Amino acid sequence: MAISLTVNGSPVTLDADPDMPLLWALRDELRLTGTKFGCGIAQCGACTVLLDGQSRRSCVTPIGMLEGADVRTIEDLGGPEAAAVQAAWVDINVPQCGYCQSGQVVSATALLRELPKPTDEDIDNAMAGNICRCATYVRIRQAIRQASDSLEG
Amino acid sequence: MHPNFKAMTAPRPTRRGFMAGSVGLVLGFYLAPKARASVAEDDFAPNAFVRIAPNDTVTVLVKHIEIGQGANTGLPILVAEELDADWAQMRAEQAPSDPVVYVNTAFGIQGTGGSTGLSNSYMTMRQAGAAARAMLVSAAADAWGVPAGEILVERGVIAHEGSGKSSGFGALAAAAAKMPVPVNVVLKDPKEFTLIGGEGITRLDAVAKTNGSALFTIDVFREGMQVIAIVHPPKFGAKVASFDGAAALEMPGVVAVRQVPSGIAVYGANTYAAFRGRDAVSVTWDESGAETRSTDEIARTFAAAARQPARLVSEAGDVETAMQEAVQVIEADYLFPYLAHASMEPLDGVIELGEDGAEVWAGEQIPTISQGTMGGVLGMEPSKIVMNTMFAGGSFGRRATPDSHFAAELANVAKAAGPGAYKLVYTRENDMQAGYYRPLTAHHLKAGLDVEGNITAWTNTIANQSIIAGTPFAMMMKDGLDPTSYEGSNDLAYALPNTRLNWAQMQTGVPTLWWRSVGHTHTAYAVETFLDRVLLASGRDPVEGRMALMREDRPRDAAVLARVAEMAGWSGPGTGDRRMGVAVVRSFGSYVAQIAEVEDRDGSPHVTRVWCAVDCGVAVTPDVIRAQMEGGIGFGLGTLLHDEITLDEGGAVRQANYDGYPILRIDEMPQIEVSILQSDASPTGVGEPGTPPIAPAVANAWRALTGTMPYRLPFGAGEV
Repeated sequence: MAISLTVNGSPVTLDADPDMPLLWALRDELRLTGTKFGCGIAQCGACTVLLDGQSRRSCVTPIGMLEGADVRTIEDLGGPEAAAVQAAWVDINVPQCGYCQSGQVVSATALLRELPKPTDEDIDNAMAGNICRCATYVRIRQAIRQASDSLEG
Repeated sequence: MHPNFKAMTAPRPTRRGFMAGSVGLVLGFYLAPKARASVAEDDFAPNAFVRIAPNDTVTVLVKHIEIGQGANTGLPILVAEELDADWAQMRAEQAPSDPVVYVNTAFGIQGTGGSTGLSNSYMTMRQAGAAARAMLVSAAADAWGVPAGEILVERGVIAHEGSGKSSGFGALAAAAAKMPVPVNVVLKDPKEFTLIGGEGITRLDAVAKTNGSALFTIDVFREGMQVIAIVHPPKFGAKVASFDGAAALEMPGVVAVRQVPSGIAVYGANTYAAFRGRDAVSVTWDESGAETRSTDEIARTFAAAARQPARLVSEAGDVETAMQEAVQVIEADYLFPYLAHASMEPLDGVIELGEDGAEVWAGEQIPTISQGTMGGVLGMEPSKIVMNTMFAGGSFGRRATPDSHFAAELANVAKAAGPGAYKLVYTRENDMQAGYYRPLTAHHLKAGLDVEGNITAWTNTIANQSIIAGTPFAMMMKDGLDPTSYEGSNDLAYALPNTRLNWAQMQTGVPTLWWRSVGHTHTAYAVETFLDRVLLASGRDPVEGRMALMREDRPRDAAVLARVAEMAGWSGPGTGDRRMGVAVVRSFGSYVAQIAEVEDRDGSPHVTRVWCAVDCGVAVTPDVIRAQMEGGIGFGLGTLLHDEITLDEGGAVRQANYDGYPILRIDEMPQIEVSILQSDASPTGVGEPGTPPIAPAVANAWRALTGTMPYRLPFGAGEV
């Protein structure tokens, strides 16, 4: 069954098992490898993408439900929030091993779209679904605050 | 992995250092003049450290894997400093495998571990940069007809003031490559450093790791590549008796199901097919050789062994008499669980097998051993296997396996299928249940005090499995003793009279491995919380009491302790809803003291703030050091709060994924302030030393708050 959707602004047709998680369609079929596999059960957040503007765990999202959907991945999130988040991430040297950071950046972007001026508690609540085994959390908080400030300016 | 691992390979002839060509200047291994007898034109150097391209970019080939610790930033800074390059023109690339040119001088082969990356490269990389600079200056002097001594290099620009000439590196690279190799290079006086120790350094991998373009092993795709999922035995030591792959083979995309030495391999057209096929394979296991004890049973055995006589590691004074004469004797039993590394990228590897060679893409910390292991499996010379080191999504020791079990498995799945390209990907469940855990460990500590509360005797008996016995690393053992089992419990910073350390070597069928800070993961907790308890018994302040005990020849321990006390405004553990605890630990040559501020949140410790002072010698990249302290604290905090692998009655691992093995999350992460002590000492590692002090510091604060602390980890696991 072919499924038509939009990925990073381009129309895409996926001819694959409708039960295939979006994660594997992105990675194996479309070769958008920035979205990462960590757990397969929506526990770690490494696979986070934007689905119709909302953050979503692609490892538990079957492509069969995505007809007509709009998917954005780390490769092209678009918009000022993503740019601000990514700039702050680099400025503050957030990444260590880097494997979870695609998911962190996507979640942070979704947060700032929802709450442009998040408190530390907002940040902890919004980001608690994303594990970083290197524990770069101190800098994630700092980078989100910096990105928020830069958007205001 | 541990630094005290030396030479498994015989020395080989050294190689040529320089290569000229269209790519510009390639500066190879900086060779001591006596070792560089001749520089032959045909001795081409794929094993270079520095490449300068016509477009002015300077690429440093980093001989270590980048697992987050910052190797791809730290090593280039050393080159850039002596080269007087601009940081913006620097690039990093993982070096190919070569146990001679890219040797880790602490191991004798190529490898990353033991927090040795920076320390073993400090002089070599600086020399490489200085030699390149000298050759560029010579080329400029020739081209401009001016004395080399009048030429200045600053931030990537070579200039001669008198003639007004100036150039970037790229334009002079080809000419520089023809210059004689400097016999001696003069390195900068540390006072002249502009990059080393400087702030505002952006990690060279920061951009790629923020926009999704960084390539990890899992991101490698080869033409016609199949993805392989693996079914492992449910118990350590069990083997395949029989299997039925028919149901898996009926699934779309499942190509083949084959038995391999480690289990059943499912070959799929893509990851989804392979993972689904994996779940559909039915296997009957032969458990006759399996470890079937539960961790409860293993723990009871270990705890009992720690209370029995065991092998002597070290002894000073007369412990028996001192204990008899003590007016107060304090004892404590500790128990530490198996821990999984649980790196975010599960173990994975890609192999392209040809008729007489293979190419591999992986995140192996010891490529030399992996290459040899795969050569053995595939029946080919290790040199026929080309190793590409990818970014690795965390490791914490997991990718440094003395038995190269994953590399062997990768070779075996390829061998079973024949020539072709294969990507072996562990599911999270494979990764978590494969073993190679931090060893389960029991401590029994005992201290004698005199009438004034002074410590007059101190003994510690540790029971655990050896990580290195029976592996190529067993050469680190001396007199049958494995120092990684008890490091951190001897040679304490404290001047204690009448001490003894014993070790009971235990056996189980569970494979164990180094886990970020190795023995210090448990010894720091046992020593630093027990000492606190003893100080408390004699009414002494945790900081002042430690300071009073510090050996005269351990000023660096005392200095980090003094610094952290000052940072936290220490005046005792405190009195309100938030209390402080302290710990100071030397590991891997670095000194770290931490103070944690802790409150009670629903009956569990919640850490609000941490102050951390570190002395790691010359601070090459302060921001990377701070990052490693922050991350090390989060990593160590998880051991107190959550981390535990258990085996059920029968021996199967209970935890399978992050739901059963919770990782510290952002809402549990304290605020952290790090201070780096100024030092001229040779740089030492920072990847591991941030981890050991946090759990004891938090436990000590928790005791100040509640009167109790956990003797069995993680918190809430109950009594020993």
